[in-house]
Amino acid sequence: MTTDVNRRVLPGFALSLGYTMFYLSLLVLIPIFAGVVKASSLSFQNFWDAVSGDRAVAAYTLTVGASFVSAAIDIVIGVLVAWVLVRYQSPLKGIFDALVDLPFALPTAVAGLVYSDLYVENGWLGRFLVPLGIQGAYSRLGIVLVLTFIGFPFVVRTLQPVLENLETDIEEAAACLGANRWQTVTRVLLPAVWPATITAFALAFARALGEYGSVVFISGNMPYRTEIAPVLIVARLEEFAYGEATAIAVVLLVISLVTLFLINLLERWSKQSHA
Amino acid sequence: MPDTATTPRNITAAHEDPPAVRIALIATALLIMGVLIVVPLVNVFYQALAGGLRLYFENLLGDPDTLHSVKLTLIVAPAAVLANIVFGVAAAWAIARFKFPGRALLTAFIDLPFAVSPVVVGLFLVLIFGLQGFLGPWLRAHDIKVIFAIPGLIIATAFVTFPVVARELIPLMEAIGADEEIAAVSLGARGWQMFRRVTLPNIKWGLLYGIILCNARAMGEFGAVAVVSGRISGQTDTMPLRVEKLFQEYNMPGAFAVASVLASLAVVTLLVKSALEWKTRSDLAAAAREASEGGQA
Repeated sequence: MTTDVNRRVLPGFALSLGYTMFYLSLLVLIPIFAGVVKASSLSFQNFWDAVSGDRAVAAYTLTVGASFVSAAIDIVIGVLVAWVLVRYQSPLKGIFDALVDLPFALPTAVAGLVYSDLYVENGWLGRFLVPLGIQGAYSRLGIVLVLTFIGFPFVVRTLQPVLENLETDIEEAAACLGANRWQTVTRVLLPAVWPATITAFALAFARALGEYGSVVFISGNMPYRTEIAPVLIVARLEEFAYGEATAIAVVLLVISLVTLFLINLLERWSKQSHA
Repeated sequence: MPDTATTPRNITAAHEDPPAVRIALIATALLIMGVLIVVPLVNVFYQALAGGLRLYFENLLGDPDTLHSVKLTLIVAPAAVLANIVFGVAAAWAIARFKFPGRALLTAFIDLPFAVSPVVVGLFLVLIFGLQGFLGPWLRAHDIKVIFAIPGLIIATAFVTFPVVARELIPLMEAIGADEEIAAVSLGARGWQMFRRVTLPNIKWGLLYGIILCNARAMGEFGAVAVVSGRISGQTDTMPLRVEKLFQEYNMPGAFAVASVLASLAVVTLLVKSALEWKTRSDLAAAAREASEGGQA
């Protein structure tokens, strides 16, 4: 229809699409292809040894586990903050709303530096937490803390528009039909935001999987204990073990791509369930 | 409120949380925002300035390696951003204005760099351009350095920030629609004329925000750049890499001084975003007012 008209009327289709494909291939697809070629040039035995060693398995488990836990925390605190931002008016609302995006804009190295400084023994937060036995810096908890920071805006920004679009009518209808507030929230509101919540979780999880900059400051990077997969890749590279590094990288890449694919499916599914 | 007016009060209460819940929710949200975001942000500037202004500027300007990292970042980030602006505009034009087979797939591919760990990006670039890499022998024969040099830093930064501008523009151009552009072309405008006079004015604020966000990401890029730079002090260290090196040398005032500059950049980015959102809202309100006045007249 209109789009067919567009192609006859508007200029630049071939130029813009051609340039897009060219730049995408050159910058993104060829490097990824090179990685896959390098990985497939390894013998199966070498590949398997690289990705199934104890240290590699510990790194994957920690990466996926910490990403999962931090995304789950993000869902809880993100839903709460999104709800407060959408439903309550306050003069400070604008500032807090803008600050939600800070993890998008703040360089990850700065986040890692400041988080590790806050949670050490004499840090602003560590001085209260360390005496309680809570080690926020140079620990697995530290990894979860920075990943929670990194993923937070994905959850709030995914849920905010969904909560804004909820008609208060359906809540009124529920109340008129005799539901109390708790029933309205659990039976009416939560089912409506459920698809968006899953998408938000997947986005935060996917972002956390690949994170390196902030984690490297706070985790201490101890093999088997606090070493995430990207840190292990860098360690292998520094030993010039390119094959091993590539094998580990390809496994991480596949985990990320599967997550991305699932996000796309979820978005399609939630669009359908809304329609 | 009198208790007899039950119906209206119940209806308001239907979409309002009880006061106790309300206070608890707001307090928890403030606590979360405080611990997660506000305290870290304040801490960056506090630690940077803890030794006084003189020491702060000494840390920032007195160290030649730090100064070099600032210069390097000011070369690498704009180059990568410029490349991604051209791509972002081209991709948005193709995807938001035309229908073609594989359009959904192309859109998914544009998001791909967000899903790839920056470290993996850096590694793959080393596999292509490094000494042992696919192009390594050829590059060495022609005396071209990519890895451990500025070109590698630019390529790595461009990869990681690749989708930012395109993702701002595609939904914006889809929302604006093609009517004005079709009108311009029907009235005889040539391609670039239409782009400069119609498309660009329509998308300028979204494009500006895309550029600023892309720049913030580019200046702050760490993982991919760390792998391809080789981390040579005074040569291939960008500002975020300099932060890490100072941190490892236990020079915390120095690390926080550089970090405070990067954090200021993030704050400016957020301010610009808020200003643009406020402007868009007031523009929309003005347009709605005009429309309703026109309707009454």
